[in-house]
Amino acid sequence: MIRFDAVSKNYPNGTTAVDELSLELAEGGITVLVGPSGCGKTTTLRMVNRMVEPTAGTVSLRGQDIREIAAPELRRGIGYVIQHAGLFPHRTVLDNIATVPLLLGWGKKKARSRAAELLELVGLPSSMAKRYPYQLSGGQQQRVGVARALGADPPVLLMDEPFSAVDPIVRGELQAEFIRLQKELHKTIVFVTHDIDEAIKLGDHIAVLRTGGKLAQFDTPERLLAHPADDFVADFVGQDRGIRRLSFVKAADLPLRDGLVLPADSPVARARAADEPWVLVVDGDRRPLGWAAVADLPSGGTLADAALTPLGHTFSLAGDSARAALDAALLSPSRLAVGVDPQGAVVGVADAYELSAAMTGDGTAVDAAAEEGTAEEPTPGDAAVEEGTAEEATAGDAVTAKDAVSKVTVVKGETDGGSGDDVDGTGAGGDGR
Amino acid sequence: MNDFLNQIELVGDWLTSSQQWSGDDGIPHRLSEHLTYSGISLVFATLIGLTFGLLVGHTGRGAFAVASVANLARAIPTFGLVVLVVTVAGLSTTPVLVALVALAVPPILINTFEGVRGVDPDTRDAARGMGMTGWEVLLKVEVPMALPLILLGLRVAAIQVVATATVAAYPGLGGLGRFIVDGLARNNYELVIGGSAVVVMLALVVQAVFTALRRLVVSPGLQPSATKS
Amino acid sequence: MRDGEPLIRWDWIGDHIGELADYTGVHLRLGLLPVLFGLIISVPLGILCHRWRWIYPPTLTAANVLYSIPSLALFMIFVRYTGLTERTVMIPLTLYTLSVLIPNVVDGLASVPEPVRQAATAMGFSTVRRVVQVELPIAVPVVVAGVRVAAVSSISLVAVGQLIGQGGLGYYITRGLQLDFPTPIITATVLIMLLALVTDALLVLAQRLLTPWARGKGATA
Repeated sequence: MIRFDAVSKNYPNGTTAVDELSLELAEGGITVLVGPSGCGKTTTLRMVNRMVEPTAGTVSLRGQDIREIAAPELRRGIGYVIQHAGLFPHRTVLDNIATVPLLLGWGKKKARSRAAELLELVGLPSSMAKRYPYQLSGGQQQRVGVARALGADPPVLLMDEPFSAVDPIVRGELQAEFIRLQKELHKTIVFVTHDIDEAIKLGDHIAVLRTGGKLAQFDTPERLLAHPADDFVADFVGQDRGIRRLSFVKAADLPLRDGLVLPADSPVARARAADEPWVLVVDGDRRPLGWAAVADLPSGGTLADAALTPLGHTFSLAGDSARAALDAALLSPSRLAVGVDPQGAVVGVADAYELSAAMTGDGTAVDAAAEEGTAEEPTPGDAAVEEGTAEEATAGDAVTAKDAVSKVTVVKGETDGGSGDDVDGTGAGGDGR
Repeated sequence: MNDFLNQIELVGDWLTSSQQWSGDDGIPHRLSEHLTYSGISLVFATLIGLTFGLLVGHTGRGAFAVASVANLARAIPTFGLVVLVVTVAGLSTTPVLVALVALAVPPILINTFEGVRGVDPDTRDAARGMGMTGWEVLLKVEVPMALPLILLGLRVAAIQVVATATVAAYPGLGGLGRFIVDGLARNNYELVIGGSAVVVMLALVVQAVFTALRRLVVSPGLQPSATKS
Repeated sequence: MRDGEPLIRWDWIGDHIGELADYTGVHLRLGLLPVLFGLIISVPLGILCHRWRWIYPPTLTAANVLYSIPSLALFMIFVRYTGLTERTVMIPLTLYTLSVLIPNVVDGLASVPEPVRQAATAMGFSTVRRVVQVELPIAVPVVVAGVRVAAVSSISLVAVGQLIGQGGLGYYITRGLQLDFPTPIITATVLIMLLALVTDALLVLAQRLLTPWARGKGATA
């Protein structure tokens, strides 16, 4: 869809913003360009709509060299969102959104009704239509910025750190909203950020650029976390990448035990027979009631008479990732995570070792898939993960489990102080502009 | 206070006496002279100042020259310039008008330039990124956003032209300044103060016109950031 | 202008050096004292406007209305009260400076970063001390920018005062017209411009010395 062929951008003062970049961005996906200040990510983005002209190489859009298209015409067909939204202060929200349709000569009425649709699409009430930008919060301005970029329904969207000027809570909301929108719209999106977490959260593919405008790695988020190409990428991806990888493992594929799950009407003796310090007590619909400490159980009767310890939180096998499962295990009084189905019924429990064993399996499986051929482009945690769980279905493979833990520790040690957020401060808007 | 009331009464008498309202020495004729001088010079100054201000502001080229011209022009004593023009070129309207234009261009030029240059780079970037051509960026984004400052420049220029046109009566030109200059020469205080009152009223009207213009043409979206002027 | 009269006769300037110097002194006094008086009025007024925002619009409108009144008319209105004296020139010129100085004082105070203001308050500055020791110094570059504009236009306006006999170098402008002799007019006009430009340059210099921390910014505001 968008193709960079040995593209370079050099400035007369001798700096190289982008150096021989070759990249092919898939249609309908989100490609995130990420890297420290001065890595040329913004320059790269701006070359797609000819806001910056490359000094060498070609950028093509659907097979056509973009230099063959007049810049204004090209830009009207590409949505553009920037850090501070760049709304027109002298125009109402509605007229801001209608900008590109009006440039395309749609006529006021049609442009405005389209703008009203978009306002709703980005989750703003129609009462905001008549307001001016100064009357909006930063998050609202950014939503209007996205709506404006979608004005003429362009197939391609360029987004230059669109969420970095708002506070973390609003950023989280905007990111979630953005993911929801993309599910609906399937745009081809190029997204620039200096925040590796954002890149991993949003990207289908991530291009990590290093200072001087060289491509360090172009990969899916899970591969980037599992196999950083070199020290720079490992550093940039930062601490916690072991933990972060877990976000790509579906909880559904985790091995769970159900021997410890007992209905409230079970005799106490059954709990003792399990030979574990804790059992999980559930109601008739297998909904969790709480943990019972076996040592403190009364000598007879049923579990309904036992004093129960509250659950902590459960994880859903349907929607959550292994990261949520591990978190649940760490926070649970019994050190066991409780997996539930969409109806809230307990499927089984697992402790941190069991969970991490399954995750190690995932790592090797992804490796295998990757060696078969990168062209396949595996989507987040699919086939590969299933293979892994099949192999590691039996719990208690303590050796592998411990390995996994120690691996994480090593990564931490190596990358101390190199977390992605620190590399590129908030004031970094300047690369190559 | 009594004296002030006397003065008002004096002005009132002068303004209402019928001889002020007809003939070459009447208020209507002098006012129309004054408005003609001011209007013509302002139109030309606006054409020149706006054109160059927009050009330099939009392209960013020649900014230093604009700033220097504006600084230098502020230092020119208008009185000296007008008297000099009359002494050298003789007593005719055109040279004085040229001088008035020269005095009115700098405030329009510098404020237009500053207004366009002051447009938030993000906004300009967004405008280009959405596919506006250079002209569209200028006319749909830069000019509307620069309007508060452009109007400020026009107002300062208008005030200056009206004031200098008054002074131009001294070397012999018409206009409302005639009442004051002639009154001084004849020791006719009534004439001096009556003429001054008309000049003050004209100035207030100019001020009011620009206040109204501002309300009318500046987008409400720009009001909060532009409390100046 | 008489036939054969050159635009400028240098010998005239040579003959009048001493007199020109005297008038230059008077001109500076007439032009700069109003700026000083203007500052004395504008700083407290600007502080009030900054503190109570609602005072600002009417104050500014009043200053702008005063500014819009042509100098010649304003001089004449004051003649009645202060006669044909220097005061009659200086009072209107003082009033004119307000339309530049008040907004610059207000903008200058507004340019004080909020964290600085809060830090000063947190360290226990009283309101008055905070304004005097923290906010006003930070506002200096913007205020000086206003003083420069006010000083330059004030110096150039003094000449009009010659119509009531108090115009500093303006004397040579009317004299030249009466004699149909351009040399004094040109000399006075150029001198007035030079005075304005030199004053402007000195103010820039003074600001650099006063606010070494603000070098390179604010000076052109």
